[in-house]
Amino acid sequence: MNYNVNEKGYYGVFGGAFIPEMLYPNVEELRQKYLDVMAEPDFKKEFNQLLKDYVGRPSPLYFAKRLSKKYNTKIYLKREDLNHTGAHKINNTIGQILMAKRLGKTRIIAETGAGQHGVATATVCALMGLECIVYMGEIDIARQAPNVARMKMLGAKVVPALSGSRTLKDATNEAIRDWINNPVNTHYIIGSAIGPHPYPDMVTRFQSVISEEIKWQLKEQEGRENPDYVVACIGGGSNAAGTYYHFLHEPDVKIIAVEAAGLGVNSGESAATSVLGKEGIIHGCKTLLMQTSDGQITEPYSISAGLDYPGVGPMHAHLAKTGRAEFMAITDDEAMTAGLELCQLEGIIPAIESSHALAIFEQRTFKPEEIVVVSLSGRGDKDLDTYIKYFKL
Amino acid sequence: MNRIQNKLQEDKKLLSIYFTAGYPSLNDTVTIIQDLEKSGVDMIEIGLPFSDPLADGPTIQASSNQALKNGMTSEVLFNQLKDIRKTVNIPLIIMGYFNPILQYGVEAFCKKCQEVGIDGLIIPDLPVDVYHDEYKTTFETYGLINVFLITPQTSDARINFIDSVSNGFIYMVSSASVTGSQSGFGDENTAYFKRIADMNLKNPQIIGFGISDSKTFTQATQFAKGAIIGSAFIKFLSEHPIDKISKFVTSIR
Repeated sequence: MNYNVNEKGYYGVFGGAFIPEMLYPNVEELRQKYLDVMAEPDFKKEFNQLLKDYVGRPSPLYFAKRLSKKYNTKIYLKREDLNHTGAHKINNTIGQILMAKRLGKTRIIAETGAGQHGVATATVCALMGLECIVYMGEIDIARQAPNVARMKMLGAKVVPALSGSRTLKDATNEAIRDWINNPVNTHYIIGSAIGPHPYPDMVTRFQSVISEEIKWQLKEQEGRENPDYVVACIGGGSNAAGTYYHFLHEPDVKIIAVEAAGLGVNSGESAATSVLGKEGIIHGCKTLLMQTSDGQITEPYSISAGLDYPGVGPMHAHLAKTGRAEFMAITDDEAMTAGLELCQLEGIIPAIESSHALAIFEQRTFKPEEIVVVSLSGRGDKDLDTYIKYFKL
Repeated sequence: MNRIQNKLQEDKKLLSIYFTAGYPSLNDTVTIIQDLEKSGVDMIEIGLPFSDPLADGPTIQASSNQALKNGMTSEVLFNQLKDIRKTVNIPLIIMGYFNPILQYGVEAFCKKCQEVGIDGLIIPDLPVDVYHDEYKTTFETYGLINVFLITPQTSDARINFIDSVSNGFIYMVSSASVTGSQSGFGDENTAYFKRIADMNLKNPQIIGFGISDSKTFTQATQFAKGAIIGSAFIKFLSEHPIDKISKFVTSIR
């Protein structure tokens, strides 16, 4: 079984490029060039240098001793929270800004939900001196004020998405409309492993540095490259895609994908796409998505803005359908509790997204000798308001 | 021969109107179609509303949202249209995004179109390549013409491919934009219209996006077989009762 994208842009039945003709020249140019550009020695050199000196990679693979003791297994945390800007998102924006420059683009657009991808995009645009426009749902702008301020300080223009439900899905729609209106000079930096081919594959490759490092770091610490499990939370799925990438074809590594159950999978307020979604088309790709029987896309819910997306990347839809990955759903309450537990056992305040991945240890038992690597995709600074309200701190 | 192909053979410039089914009120669909025909419109695009219309500007987004709130679905639309061919003769095209059609079932959707007398489909996010490889046979089985878009950025090679796959007309997007965002055409638009006209394609072209009044209609049809008005008509419907439709149509030509 192949879990990577095939030459037509599909992961099994998922993926493809279902885009209006207006976007075809841009997406096609990217499709034709992305692999060649990424293989250029100059590109690799610049990308790796920036990951090292600017992002601060490699991110540590940290053996969480007290957490491991509590759950009687060996838990390692891949510390993407220690990256510059506070999450894994910057791995992808560094890659894509270098790609945009090589394609001769001078104007960058992006969508953002909680603002992490927006900040990571604004950061690399400042670094490269490129114009940056970030689309963000009007509702998200109101509830993520610090990230809006960060983007502005970094020189980005933050445009409110006023359509639909005024959240991430609509910000993505607005970014796509901007790209239709500006087809020549603009590159769209998509923040997750979603969108038309080649985006899911390109984003996955830029994020694959996560699993590449896990391999040699685990070899150093445990004498073997492969853990028994790799675990990551999934919204669109870019940190998960990067965490799984080099283990996809290692049958002895089990993959766990953690979705946001919101108030409960069957509560009507959830973002557990692998359970609630059906095959359909969103933002240019065929994947699993939450929709009505008439094919209208519905609004997901999660306490975590980064998991609050009605679809899932096509690679993950394929992993779900083939059974390669085990999908688990974690509620708001379970995630918040796990987040607080990490603070108190390890002195690390995690992003609420990452807290979902940590919550699986209450639900599932691992053997004492098993090695479980969890992607700690981001830090919790951005979520302080939510933590304060939730725990009445 | 399909009604669209017949209409394209008439020796006149064609005026085509787009409206969102179920807007302004759920049950306006049939009345709007009948009044447009009576007012002299040559062809109609019936918009099947979608929650996330990527290629549309604020006007059509708003009408789509309202139509969905009003209760419009594929099933409701087909029910509304079931007797439409008793009163209406001009070509009718359904324009909608692919996901609702996919959920209905592509073949079931095509079959239903044929039953109620729909002549063609415009599905902006169904790429020509996917159509060609997976759905062409189904569309042809049910006598449906699929219409593809081209833009000023579409390469000549791709235009020729689209021309070879098409059997009705080519929908020429006037400029790089979503719907409803233009006001008037400049030299750049005209140069593009002329470039395409000079390619002597097998299929006639109808220009859409940015046609809003008599002036832009005349400019567009100087080079093309016809023009499509969408957002400007939706805007009119949002400001006038639907019995004033003929006033809008006569203001165009």
